[in-house]
Amino acid sequence: MGLIISIIVIGGGLLWILYLSIKGRDVDRRIVYLFVGTTVALAIIFRLEFGEVATPIVKSVFDKIENLPAGSKIVLSYDFDPAMAPEVNPMANAFIRHILEKKHRLYFMSLWATGQSLLSVSLDSVLKPEFPDAKYGVDYCNLGFKAGNEGVLNVVITNLRKMFPSDANGNSLDSLPMFKDVESLKDMDLLISIGGGKPGVKEWVLFAGDPGKVAMAGGSAAVSTPLLYPYWPKQLIGLLGGTKGAAEYEAELIKRYPRFKDKSMPALRMMGPQTMAHVVIIAFIVIGNIAYFRSRKKGEQS
Amino acid sequence: MTSKTAMRILMAIVALIFLFSWIIKSGSGVSDSTFTNVRDGFLITFAVFLTLSIFSFLYHDNPFYKFAESLYVGISAGYWMCYGFWSTVVGNFVPRASRSLSEFFHVPYQERADHILIYIPIIFGLILLTRLLPRIGWLSRWSLAFIIGTTAGLNLTRYLRSDFISQVSNSFIPLFVDWKGAGDFINHISLAADGQFIAILSNWVIFVGVMCGLVYFFFSKEHKGTFGVASRIGIWILMITFGASFGYTVMGRISLLVGRITFLFGDWLNIL
Repeated sequence: MGLIISIIVIGGGLLWILYLSIKGRDVDRRIVYLFVGTTVALAIIFRLEFGEVATPIVKSVFDKIENLPAGSKIVLSYDFDPAMAPEVNPMANAFIRHILEKKHRLYFMSLWATGQSLLSVSLDSVLKPEFPDAKYGVDYCNLGFKAGNEGVLNVVITNLRKMFPSDANGNSLDSLPMFKDVESLKDMDLLISIGGGKPGVKEWVLFAGDPGKVAMAGGSAAVSTPLLYPYWPKQLIGLLGGTKGAAEYEAELIKRYPRFKDKSMPALRMMGPQTMAHVVIIAFIVIGNIAYFRSRKKGEQS
Repeated sequence: MTSKTAMRILMAIVALIFLFSWIIKSGSGVSDSTFTNVRDGFLITFAVFLTLSIFSFLYHDNPFYKFAESLYVGISAGYWMCYGFWSTVVGNFVPRASRSLSEFFHVPYQERADHILIYIPIIFGLILLTRLLPRIGWLSRWSLAFIIGTTAGLNLTRYLRSDFISQVSNSFIPLFVDWKGAGDFINHISLAADGQFIAILSNWVIFVGVMCGLVYFFFSKEHKGTFGVASRIGIWILMITFGASFGYTVMGRISLLVGRITFLFGDWLNIL
Protein backbone atom coordinates (compact mmCIF):
# COMPACT_ATOMS: atom_id res chain seq x y z
CA MET A 1 0.00 0.00 0.00
CA GLY A 2 2.79 2.39 1.01
CA LEU A 3 4.66 1.64 -2.20
CA ILE A 4 1.53 2.39 -4.28
CA ILE A 5 0.90 5.71 -2.49
CA SER A 6 4.56 6.65 -2.90
CA ILE A 7 4.51 5.79 -6.61
CA ILE A 8 1.32 7.83 -7.15
CA VAL A 9 2.66 10.90 -5.30
CA ILE A 10 6.16 10.73 -6.79
CA GLY A 11 4.99 9.71 -10.28
CA GLY A 12 2.37 12.51 -10.34
CA GLY A 13 4.96 15.07 -9.28
CA LEU A 14 7.44 13.88 -11.87
CA LEU A 15 4.83 14.09 -14.63
CA TRP A 16 4.00 17.65 -13.54
CA ILE A 17 7.69 18.61 -13.66
CA LEU A 18 8.03 16.91 -17.06
CA TYR A 19 5.03 18.93 -18.30
CA LEU A 20 6.58 22.19 -17.03
CA SER A 21 9.91 21.32 -18.65
CA ILE A 22 8.34 20.47 -21.99
CA LYS A 23 6.43 23.77 -21.88
CA GLY A 24 9.81 25.44 -21.49
CA ARG A 25 9.13 26.77 -17.99
CA ASP A 26 11.91 26.82 -15.41
CA VAL A 27 11.67 24.44 -12.47
CA ASP A 28 13.01 26.12 -9.33
CA ARG A 29 15.85 24.21 -7.67
CA ARG A 30 13.91 24.37 -4.39
CA ILE A 31 11.19 22.23 -5.98
CA VAL A 32 13.84 19.62 -6.75
CA TYR A 33 14.99 19.68 -3.09
CA LEU A 34 11.42 19.43 -1.86
CA PHE A 35 10.76 16.54 -4.20
CA VAL A 36 13.81 14.54 -3.09
CA GLY A 37 12.93 15.25 0.56
CA THR A 38 9.33 14.13 0.08
CA THR A 39 10.44 10.95 -1.68
CA VAL A 40 12.81 10.04 1.15
CA ALA A 41 10.18 10.93 3.79
CA LEU A 42 7.51 8.75 2.14
CA ALA A 43 9.88 5.80 1.88
CA ILE A 44 10.78 6.17 5.57
CA ILE A 45 7.18 6.55 6.75
CA PHE A 46 5.96 3.55 4.71
CA ARG A 47 9.11 1.55 5.60
CA LEU A 48 9.87 0.54 2.03
CA GLU A 49 12.57 -2.15 1.97
CA PHE A 50 14.26 -4.08 -0.81
CA GLY A 51 16.26 -7.30 -0.50
CA GLU A 52 20.06 -7.21 -0.42
CA VAL A 53 22.61 -9.85 -1.35
CA ALA A 54 26.29 -9.55 -0.36
CA THR A 55 28.59 -8.86 -3.31
CA PRO A 56 32.09 -10.47 -3.35
CA ILE A 57 33.84 -7.34 -2.02
CA VAL A 58 31.60 -7.36 1.09
CA LYS A 59 31.36 -11.11 1.43
CA SER A 60 35.14 -11.48 1.55
CA VAL A 61 35.23 -9.38 4.75
CA PHE A 62 32.38 -11.40 6.22
CA ASP A 63 34.06 -14.69 5.33
CA LYS A 64 37.37 -13.55 6.78
CA ILE A 65 35.79 -12.82 10.18
CA GLU A 66 33.70 -15.97 9.91
CA ASN A 67 36.70 -18.22 9.22
CA LEU A 68 39.14 -16.84 11.79
CA PRO A 69 39.53 -19.17 14.77
CA ALA A 70 37.76 -18.10 17.97
CA GLY A 71 39.89 -15.76 20.06
CA SER A 72 41.48 -14.04 17.05
CA LYS A 73 42.50 -10.43 17.57
CA ILE A 74 40.63 -7.81 15.55
CA VAL A 75 41.08 -4.03 15.66
CA LEU A 76 38.06 -1.87 14.88
CA SER A 77 38.91 1.78 14.41
CA TYR A 78 36.19 4.44 14.58
CA ASP A 79 37.57 7.07 12.21
CA PHE A 80 34.46 9.11 11.56
CA ASP A 81 32.30 11.93 12.84
CA PRO A 82 28.53 12.45 13.26
CA ALA A 83 28.25 13.77 9.69
CA MET A 84 29.28 10.35 8.36
CA ALA A 85 27.61 8.32 11.09
CA PRO A 86 24.29 7.55 9.33
CA GLU A 87 26.10 5.56 6.65
CA VAL A 88 29.07 4.09 8.50
CA ASN A 89 27.70 3.50 12.00
CA PRO A 90 25.56 0.56 10.78
CA MET A 91 28.75 -1.09 9.49
CA ALA A 92 30.46 -0.64 12.84
CA ASN A 93 27.51 -2.14 14.71
CA ALA A 94 27.32 -5.08 12.28
CA PHE A 95 31.05 -5.72 12.76
CA ILE A 96 30.68 -5.64 16.56
CA ARG A 97 27.84 -8.19 16.41
CA HIS A 98 29.69 -10.50 14.05
CA ILE A 99 33.06 -10.32 15.82
CA LEU A 100 31.65 -10.96 19.29
CA GLU A 101 29.31 -13.65 18.00
CA LYS A 102 32.39 -15.47 16.70
CA LYS A 103 34.11 -15.03 20.12
CA HIS A 104 36.98 -13.00 18.72
CA ARG A 105 38.83 -10.40 20.78
CA LEU A 106 37.85 -6.87 19.80
CA TYR A 107 40.19 -3.87 20.18
CA PHE A 108 38.50 -0.50 19.65
CA MET A 109 40.46 2.63 18.86
CA SER A 110 39.96 5.90 17.03
CA LEU A 111 42.02 8.33 14.98
CA TRP A 112 39.16 10.85 15.11
CA ALA A 113 38.22 12.51 18.39
CA THR A 114 34.56 12.36 17.42
CA GLY A 115 34.86 8.60 16.90
CA GLN A 116 35.18 8.10 20.65
CA SER A 117 31.75 9.55 21.44
CA LEU A 118 30.17 7.52 18.65
CA LEU A 119 31.94 4.42 19.93
CA SER A 120 30.46 4.91 23.39
CA VAL A 121 27.01 5.02 21.75
CA SER A 122 27.74 1.68 20.03
CA LEU A 123 28.99 0.19 23.29
CA ASP A 124 25.87 1.26 25.16
CA SER A 125 23.33 0.43 22.47
CA VAL A 126 24.77 -2.73 20.87
CA LEU A 127 27.67 -4.35 22.69
CA LYS A 128 26.54 -4.20 26.33
CA PRO A 129 22.83 -5.05 25.88
CA GLU A 130 23.34 -7.74 23.19
CA PHE A 131 26.50 -9.33 24.59
CA PRO A 132 26.15 -9.03 28.37
CA ASP A 133 28.69 -11.83 28.91
CA ALA A 134 31.46 -9.99 27.03
CA LYS A 135 34.05 -8.89 29.61
CA TYR A 136 36.00 -5.65 29.35
CA GLY A 137 39.72 -6.32 29.04
CA VAL A 138 39.14 -9.96 28.11
CA ASP A 139 36.76 -9.91 25.13
CA TYR A 140 36.90 -6.25 24.19
CA CYS A 141 38.66 -3.05 25.14
CA ASN A 142 38.67 0.59 24.18
CA LEU A 143 42.09 2.11 23.46
CA GLY A 144 40.53 5.48 22.86
CA PHE A 145 41.43 8.36 20.59
CA LYS A 146 44.95 9.47 19.90
CA ALA A 147 45.83 12.64 18.01
CA GLY A 148 48.51 12.38 15.32
CA ASN A 149 46.72 10.92 12.31
CA GLU A 150 48.97 8.57 10.31
CA GLY A 151 51.80 9.32 12.77
CA VAL A 152 49.91 7.25 15.34
CA LEU A 153 49.73 4.30 12.94
CA ASN A 154 53.38 4.67 12.10
CA VAL A 155 54.20 4.11 15.79
CA VAL A 156 51.63 1.48 16.78
CA ILE A 157 52.59 -0.79 13.89
CA THR A 158 55.85 -1.42 15.78
CA ASN A 159 54.97 -0.58 19.38
CA LEU A 160 51.41 -0.22 20.60
CA ARG A 161 52.26 0.78 24.17
CA LYS A 162 54.40 3.70 23.04
CA MET A 163 51.30 5.48 21.76
CA PHE A 164 48.74 3.87 24.04
CA PRO A 165 50.31 3.41 27.48
CA SER A 166 46.79 3.04 28.86
CA ASP A 167 43.30 2.43 27.53
CA ALA A 168 40.54 5.03 27.29
CA ASN A 169 39.61 4.43 30.94
CA GLY A 170 43.16 4.97 32.22
CA ASN A 171 43.94 1.25 32.79
CA SER A 172 47.49 0.21 32.01
CA LEU A 173 47.50 -2.12 28.98
CA ASP A 174 49.59 -4.61 30.96
CA SER A 175 46.74 -4.97 33.44
CA LEU A 176 44.32 -6.14 30.71
CA PRO A 177 44.51 -9.89 29.88
CA MET A 178 43.76 -9.40 26.18
CA PHE A 179 47.03 -7.46 25.74
CA LYS A 180 49.25 -10.24 27.07
CA ASP A 181 50.42 -11.37 23.65
CA VAL A 182 50.08 -8.03 21.90
CA GLU A 183 53.17 -5.92 21.27
CA SER A 184 52.07 -4.05 18.16
CA LEU A 185 49.43 -4.08 15.41
CA LYS A 186 51.50 -6.76 13.68
CA ASP A 187 50.18 -9.18 16.30
CA MET A 188 46.60 -8.61 15.15
CA ASP A 189 44.76 -11.00 12.85
CA LEU A 190 42.64 -8.37 11.16
CA LEU A 191 42.54 -4.58 11.08
CA ILE A 192 39.28 -2.82 10.24
CA SER A 193 39.03 0.92 9.77
CA ILE A 194 35.67 2.61 9.38
CA GLY A 195 35.75 6.14 8.07
CA GLY A 196 35.52 8.39 5.10
CA GLY A 197 37.98 11.20 5.62
CA LYS A 198 41.62 11.64 6.51
CA PRO A 199 42.94 9.72 8.38
CA GLY A 200 40.80 6.83 7.23
CA VAL A 201 40.94 3.52 5.42
CA LYS A 202 43.61 4.75 2.98
CA GLU A 203 45.99 5.77 5.79
CA TRP A 204 45.40 2.43 7.50
CA VAL A 205 46.38 0.60 4.30
CA LEU A 206 49.45 2.78 3.77
CA PHE A 207 50.75 2.94 7.34
CA ALA A 208 49.48 -0.25 8.99
CA GLY A 209 48.16 -2.95 6.63
CA ASP A 210 50.91 -2.79 4.01
CA PRO A 211 54.04 -2.24 6.16
CA GLY A 212 52.83 -4.61 8.88
CA LYS A 213 51.63 -7.23 6.37
CA VAL A 214 48.41 -7.59 8.39
CA ALA A 215 45.06 -8.42 6.76
CA MET A 216 43.14 -5.18 6.37
CA ALA A 217 39.46 -4.49 5.68
CA GLY A 218 37.58 -1.24 5.49
CA GLY A 219 34.21 0.40 5.68
CA SER A 220 33.94 3.80 4.12
CA ALA A 221 31.51 6.61 3.50
CA ALA A 222 30.19 6.47 -0.05
CA VAL A 223 32.00 9.64 -1.15
CA SER A 224 35.45 8.15 -0.59
CA THR A 225 34.67 4.57 -1.62
CA PRO A 226 35.65 4.86 -5.32
CA LEU A 227 39.14 5.96 -4.29
CA LEU A 228 39.59 2.79 -2.23
CA TYR A 229 38.54 0.22 -4.84
CA PRO A 230 42.05 -0.03 -6.36
CA TYR A 231 43.30 -1.52 -3.06
CA TRP A 232 40.95 -4.48 -3.38
CA PRO A 233 41.59 -7.45 -3.30
CA LYS A 234 45.32 -7.41 -2.47
CA GLN A 235 45.86 -4.51 -0.08
CA LEU A 236 42.30 -4.63 1.26
CA ILE A 237 40.68 -8.03 1.66
CA GLY A 238 37.27 -6.36 1.31
CA LEU A 239 35.45 -3.07 1.51
CA LEU A 240 32.01 -1.94 2.62
CA GLY A 241 31.06 1.09 0.52
CA GLY A 242 28.48 3.43 2.01
CA THR A 243 24.98 2.41 3.01
CA LYS A 244 24.84 -0.20 0.28
CA GLY A 245 27.90 -2.02 1.64
CA ALA A 246 26.54 -1.82 5.18
CA ALA A 247 23.16 -3.18 4.07
CA GLU A 248 24.83 -6.10 2.27
CA TYR A 249 26.80 -6.93 5.41
CA GLU A 250 23.67 -6.74 7.56
CA ALA A 251 21.82 -9.00 5.11
CA GLU A 252 24.64 -11.57 5.22
CA LEU A 253 24.73 -11.38 9.02
CA ILE A 254 20.99 -12.04 9.29
CA LYS A 255 21.25 -14.85 6.73
CA ARG A 256 23.99 -16.59 8.72
CA TYR A 257 22.74 -15.68 12.22
CA PRO A 258 18.93 -15.35 12.19
CA ARG A 259 18.94 -14.30 15.85
CA PHE A 260 19.94 -10.80 14.68
CA LYS A 261 16.79 -10.50 12.56
CA ASP A 262 14.94 -8.71 15.37
CA LYS A 263 17.81 -6.30 16.04
CA SER A 264 18.03 -2.83 14.58
CA MET A 265 19.46 -3.03 11.05
CA PRO A 266 19.45 0.62 9.95
CA ALA A 267 21.37 0.17 6.69
CA LEU A 268 18.81 -2.33 5.34
CA ARG A 269 16.06 0.11 6.33
CA MET A 270 17.89 2.96 4.60
CA MET A 271 18.09 1.16 1.26
CA GLY A 272 14.37 1.72 0.58
CA PRO A 273 14.64 5.54 0.71
CA GLN A 274 17.96 5.26 -1.13
CA THR A 275 16.42 3.33 -4.00
CA MET A 276 13.44 5.67 -4.27
CA ALA A 277 15.66 8.77 -4.16
CA HIS A 278 17.93 7.35 -6.86
CA VAL A 279 14.94 6.62 -9.10
CA VAL A 280 13.78 10.22 -8.67
CA ILE A 281 17.26 11.62 -9.39
CA ILE A 282 17.52 9.46 -12.54
CA ALA A 283 14.08 10.74 -13.57
CA PHE A 284 15.26 14.33 -13.06
CA ILE A 285 18.32 13.70 -15.24
CA VAL A 286 16.08 12.24 -17.98
CA ILE A 287 13.60 15.16 -17.70
CA GLY A 288 16.47 17.65 -17.80
CA ASN A 289 17.83 16.05 -20.96
CA ILE A 290 14.41 15.99 -22.63
CA ALA A 291 13.98 19.70 -21.83
CA TYR A 292 17.48 20.43 -23.10
CA PHE A 293 17.04 18.64 -26.43
CA ARG A 294 13.62 20.22 -26.95
CA SER A 295 14.96 23.71 -26.32
CA ARG A 296 17.89 23.03 -28.66
CA LYS A 297 15.52 21.80 -31.36
CA LYS A 298 13.35 24.90 -30.93
CA GLY A 299 16.43 27.11 -31.17
CA GLU A 300 17.48 25.44 -34.42
CA GLN A 301 13.98 25.88 -35.92
CA SER A 302 13.76 29.58 -35.02
CA MET B 1 5.58 46.03 8.33
CA THR B 2 9.37 46.46 8.20
CA SER B 3 11.60 43.48 7.57
CA LYS B 4 13.02 43.88 11.08
CA THR B 5 9.58 43.53 12.65
CA ALA B 6 8.78 40.56 10.41
CA MET B 7 12.01 38.88 11.49
CA ARG B 8 11.19 39.48 15.17
CA ILE B 9 7.73 37.96 14.72
CA LEU B 10 9.25 34.97 12.90
CA MET B 11 11.80 34.44 15.66
CA ALA B 12 9.10 34.66 18.31
CA ILE B 13 7.01 32.04 16.47
CA VAL B 14 10.03 29.72 16.10
CA ALA B 15 10.88 30.17 19.80
CA LEU B 16 7.28 29.37 20.80
CA ILE B 17 7.18 26.25 18.63
CA PHE B 18 10.38 24.93 20.15
CA LEU B 19 9.33 25.83 23.67
CA PHE B 20 6.12 23.90 23.08
CA SER B 21 8.13 20.98 21.66
CA TRP B 22 10.44 21.02 24.70
CA ILE B 23 7.48 20.85 27.08
CA ILE B 24 5.87 17.99 25.11
CA LYS B 25 9.13 16.01 24.83
CA SER B 26 9.90 16.52 28.54
CA GLY B 27 6.44 15.26 29.42
CA SER B 28 6.80 12.13 27.28
CA GLY B 29 10.21 11.12 28.72
CA VAL B 30 10.68 7.52 29.87
CA SER B 31 13.05 8.15 32.77
CA ASP B 32 11.93 8.26 36.42
CA SER B 33 13.97 11.40 36.97
CA THR B 34 12.25 14.67 36.02
CA PHE B 35 15.62 16.33 35.50
CA THR B 36 16.66 13.66 32.95
CA ASN B 37 13.37 13.99 31.07
CA VAL B 38 13.61 17.80 30.92
CA ARG B 39 17.27 17.59 29.83
CA ASP B 40 16.57 14.96 27.13
CA GLY B 41 13.55 16.96 25.95
CA PHE B 42 15.72 20.05 25.59
CA LEU B 43 18.51 18.18 23.79
CA ILE B 44 16.15 16.60 21.25
CA THR B 45 14.33 19.89 20.65
CA PHE B 46 17.61 21.76 20.25
CA ALA B 47 18.92 19.10 17.83
CA VAL B 48 15.70 19.46 15.81
CA PHE B 49 16.10 23.24 15.79
CA LEU B 50 19.67 22.93 14.49
CA THR B 51 18.69 20.35 11.85
CA LEU B 52 15.87 22.53 10.53
CA SER B 53 18.08 25.62 10.69
CA ILE B 54 20.66 23.95 8.46
CA PHE B 55 17.95 22.68 6.09
CA SER B 56 16.55 26.23 5.85
CA PHE B 57 19.61 27.17 3.76
CA LEU B 58 18.04 25.21 0.89
CA TYR B 59 15.41 27.97 0.73
CA HIS B 60 17.93 30.77 1.10
CA ASP B 61 20.54 32.14 3.48
CA ASN B 62 19.08 33.28 6.83
CA PRO B 63 20.07 34.04 10.45
CA PHE B 64 19.01 30.59 11.73
CA TYR B 65 21.41 28.92 9.31
CA LYS B 66 24.20 31.34 10.24
CA PHE B 67 23.64 30.63 13.95
CA ALA B 68 23.71 26.84 13.46
CA GLU B 69 26.80 27.04 11.26
CA SER B 70 28.73 29.25 13.70
CA LEU B 71 27.74 27.06 16.63
CA TYR B 72 28.95 23.96 14.79
CA VAL B 73 32.32 25.50 13.92
CA GLY B 74 32.88 26.80 17.46
CA ILE B 75 31.88 23.61 19.23
CA SER B 76 33.93 21.44 16.85
CA ALA B 77 37.06 23.50 17.52
CA GLY B 78 36.53 23.34 21.29
CA TYR B 79 35.75 19.63 21.22
CA TRP B 80 38.90 18.73 19.26
CA MET B 81 41.04 20.91 21.54
CA CYS B 82 39.70 19.30 24.72
CA TYR B 83 40.10 15.82 23.28
CA GLY B 84 43.63 16.65 22.20
CA PHE B 85 44.48 17.72 25.74
CA TRP B 86 43.02 14.66 27.43
CA SER B 87 44.31 12.12 24.92
CA THR B 88 47.75 13.50 24.15
CA VAL B 89 48.85 15.68 27.08
CA VAL B 90 47.16 13.61 29.79
CA GLY B 91 47.27 10.31 27.89
CA ASN B 92 50.85 10.40 26.60
CA PHE B 93 52.83 13.11 28.39
CA VAL B 94 51.62 12.96 31.99
CA PRO B 95 52.21 9.19 32.53
CA ARG B 96 55.83 9.59 31.44
CA ALA B 97 56.53 12.97 33.03
CA SER B 98 55.60 12.84 36.69
CA ARG B 99 54.25 10.41 39.26
CA SER B 100 52.35 13.09 41.16
CA LEU B 101 50.76 14.48 37.97
CA SER B 102 49.78 10.92 36.97
CA GLU B 103 48.10 10.43 40.33
CA PHE B 104 46.34 13.78 39.97
CA PHE B 105 44.93 12.86 36.54
CA HIS B 106 44.30 9.21 37.54
CA VAL B 107 46.51 7.71 34.83
CA PRO B 108 49.10 4.96 35.49
CA TYR B 109 52.65 6.29 35.86
CA GLN B 110 55.26 4.69 33.55
CA GLU B 111 58.82 4.28 34.64
CA ARG B 112 61.04 4.12 31.59
CA ALA B 113 64.55 5.30 30.72
CA ASP B 114 63.57 7.17 27.55
CA HIS B 115 61.37 9.69 29.35
CA ILE B 116 63.70 12.54 28.53
CA LEU B 117 62.76 12.19 24.83
CA ILE B 118 59.17 13.26 25.47
CA TYR B 119 60.35 16.81 26.25
CA ILE B 120 61.40 17.31 22.61
CA PRO B 121 57.82 17.28 21.24
CA ILE B 122 56.70 19.29 24.28
CA ILE B 123 59.23 22.02 23.42
CA PHE B 124 58.21 21.95 19.76
CA GLY B 125 54.55 22.13 20.79
CA LEU B 126 55.15 25.11 23.07
CA ILE B 127 57.15 27.09 20.52
CA LEU B 128 54.34 26.48 18.02
CA LEU B 129 52.23 28.69 20.30
CA THR B 130 54.68 31.56 19.89
CA ARG B 131 52.69 32.50 16.79
CA LEU B 132 50.45 34.28 19.24
CA LEU B 133 53.34 36.65 20.12
CA PRO B 134 54.44 38.59 17.01
CA ARG B 135 57.95 39.41 18.32
CA ILE B 136 59.01 35.81 18.73
CA GLY B 137 56.51 34.29 16.29
CA TRP B 138 59.35 33.20 14.00
CA LEU B 139 60.18 30.43 16.47
CA SER B 140 57.02 28.58 15.45
CA ARG B 141 58.55 27.99 12.03
CA TRP B 142 60.85 25.40 13.60
CA SER B 143 57.84 23.34 14.68
CA LEU B 144 56.11 23.81 11.34
CA ALA B 145 59.28 22.79 9.51
CA PHE B 146 59.47 19.66 11.66
CA ILE B 147 55.80 18.79 11.02
CA ILE B 148 56.04 19.37 7.26
CA GLY B 149 59.37 17.58 6.93
CA THR B 150 58.30 14.53 8.93
CA THR B 151 54.94 14.26 7.18
CA ALA B 152 56.50 14.65 3.74
CA GLY B 153 59.18 12.07 4.53
CA LEU B 154 56.72 9.55 5.93
CA ASN B 155 54.22 10.02 3.15
CA LEU B 156 56.79 9.88 0.37
CA THR B 157 57.99 6.42 1.27
CA ARG B 158 54.57 5.02 2.13
CA TYR B 159 52.81 6.44 -0.94
CA LEU B 160 55.64 5.27 -3.18
CA ARG B 161 55.39 1.72 -1.88
CA SER B 162 51.63 1.32 -1.42
CA ASP B 163 50.18 3.69 -3.98
CA PHE B 164 52.73 3.27 -6.74
CA ILE B 165 54.74 0.04 -6.57
CA SER B 166 51.92 -2.07 -5.09
CA GLN B 167 49.37 -0.59 -7.48
CA VAL B 168 51.58 -1.37 -10.50
CA SER B 169 52.00 -4.87 -9.13
CA ASN B 170 48.23 -5.19 -8.61
CA SER B 171 47.66 -4.31 -12.27
CA PHE B 172 49.50 -7.45 -13.40
CA ILE B 173 46.49 -9.73 -13.38
CA PRO B 174 45.69 -12.88 -15.38
CA LEU B 175 43.54 -12.13 -18.41
CA PHE B 176 42.24 -15.69 -18.49
CA VAL B 177 41.38 -16.66 -14.92
CA ASP B 178 41.38 -20.46 -14.20
CA TRP B 179 41.58 -21.10 -17.97
CA LYS B 180 41.10 -24.77 -18.91
CA GLY B 181 40.30 -24.32 -22.58
CA ALA B 182 37.49 -22.75 -24.60
CA GLY B 183 35.26 -25.85 -24.33
CA ASP B 184 35.36 -25.86 -20.55
CA PHE B 185 34.80 -22.09 -20.45
CA ILE B 186 31.68 -22.27 -22.69
CA ASN B 187 30.27 -25.28 -20.82
CA HIS B 188 30.55 -23.52 -17.43
CA ILE B 189 29.70 -19.97 -18.47
CA SER B 190 27.67 -18.12 -15.84
CA LEU B 191 26.89 -14.53 -14.89
CA ALA B 192 27.47 -15.18 -11.17
CA ALA B 193 29.47 -12.38 -9.50
CA ASP B 194 32.16 -14.84 -8.39
CA GLY B 195 32.10 -16.89 -11.64
CA GLN B 196 34.91 -17.33 -14.15
CA PHE B 197 33.28 -15.21 -16.89
CA ILE B 198 32.86 -12.15 -14.62
CA ALA B 199 36.40 -12.58 -13.25
CA ILE B 200 37.85 -12.63 -16.80
CA LEU B 201 35.67 -9.69 -17.86
CA SER B 202 36.71 -7.65 -14.78
CA ASN B 203 40.39 -8.27 -15.42
CA TRP B 204 40.03 -7.28 -19.08
CA VAL B 205 38.23 -4.06 -18.07
CA ILE B 206 41.07 -3.25 -15.65
CA PHE B 207 43.75 -4.08 -18.24
CA VAL B 208 42.13 -2.11 -21.08
CA GLY B 209 41.15 0.71 -18.68
CA VAL B 210 44.68 1.14 -17.31
CA MET B 211 46.33 0.99 -20.73
CA CYS B 212 43.87 3.37 -22.42
CA GLY B 213 43.89 5.72 -19.41
CA LEU B 214 47.68 5.93 -19.62
CA VAL B 215 47.50 6.53 -23.38
CA TYR B 216 45.10 9.44 -22.81
CA PHE B 217 47.65 11.14 -20.53
CA PHE B 218 50.54 10.54 -22.98
CA PHE B 219 50.93 13.88 -24.76
CA SER B 220 54.22 13.37 -26.60
CA LYS B 221 52.44 11.74 -29.55
CA GLU B 222 49.43 13.08 -31.45
CA HIS B 223 46.23 11.21 -30.58
CA LYS B 224 45.52 9.83 -34.07
CA GLY B 225 44.81 6.40 -35.59
CA THR B 226 45.02 3.43 -33.20
CA PHE B 227 46.59 5.68 -30.58
CA GLY B 228 43.64 8.07 -30.95
CA VAL B 229 41.12 5.23 -30.54
CA ALA B 230 42.87 4.09 -27.36
CA SER B 231 42.87 7.68 -26.13
CA ARG B 232 39.11 7.94 -26.82
CA ILE B 233 38.51 4.74 -24.87
CA GLY B 234 40.68 6.20 -22.12
CA ILE B 235 38.51 9.29 -21.81
CA TRP B 236 35.39 7.09 -21.74
CA ILE B 237 36.90 5.10 -18.91
CA LEU B 238 37.62 8.34 -17.05
CA MET B 239 34.05 9.58 -17.61
CA ILE B 240 32.60 6.30 -16.32
CA THR B 241 34.87 6.62 -13.26
CA PHE B 242 33.65 10.16 -12.60
CA GLY B 243 30.06 8.97 -13.05
CA ALA B 244 30.58 6.18 -10.52
CA SER B 245 32.09 8.68 -8.07
CA PHE B 246 29.12 11.00 -8.56
CA GLY B 247 26.72 8.09 -7.99
CA TYR B 248 28.49 7.21 -4.75
CA THR B 249 28.40 10.86 -3.69
CA VAL B 250 24.64 10.99 -4.27
CA MET B 251 24.25 7.82 -2.22
CA GLY B 252 26.27 9.37 0.62
CA ARG B 253 24.23 12.57 0.65
CA ILE B 254 20.93 10.70 0.54
CA SER B 255 22.10 8.58 3.48
CA LEU B 256 22.68 11.74 5.51
CA LEU B 257 19.22 13.00 4.55
CA VAL B 258 17.70 9.65 5.56
CA GLY B 259 19.53 9.90 8.89
CA ARG B 260 18.16 13.36 9.61
CA ILE B 261 14.59 12.61 8.47
CA THR B 262 14.61 9.40 10.54
CA PHE B 263 15.67 11.50 13.54
CA LEU B 264 12.91 14.07 12.93
CA PHE B 265 10.18 11.47 12.44
CA GLY B 266 11.43 8.98 15.02
CA ASP B 267 13.05 10.80 17.94
CA TRP B 268 11.07 14.04 17.65
CA LEU B 269 7.63 13.30 16.24
CA ASN B 270 7.50 9.62 17.33
CA ILE B 271 5.68 8.55 14.16
CA LEU B 272 8.03 5.71 13.16
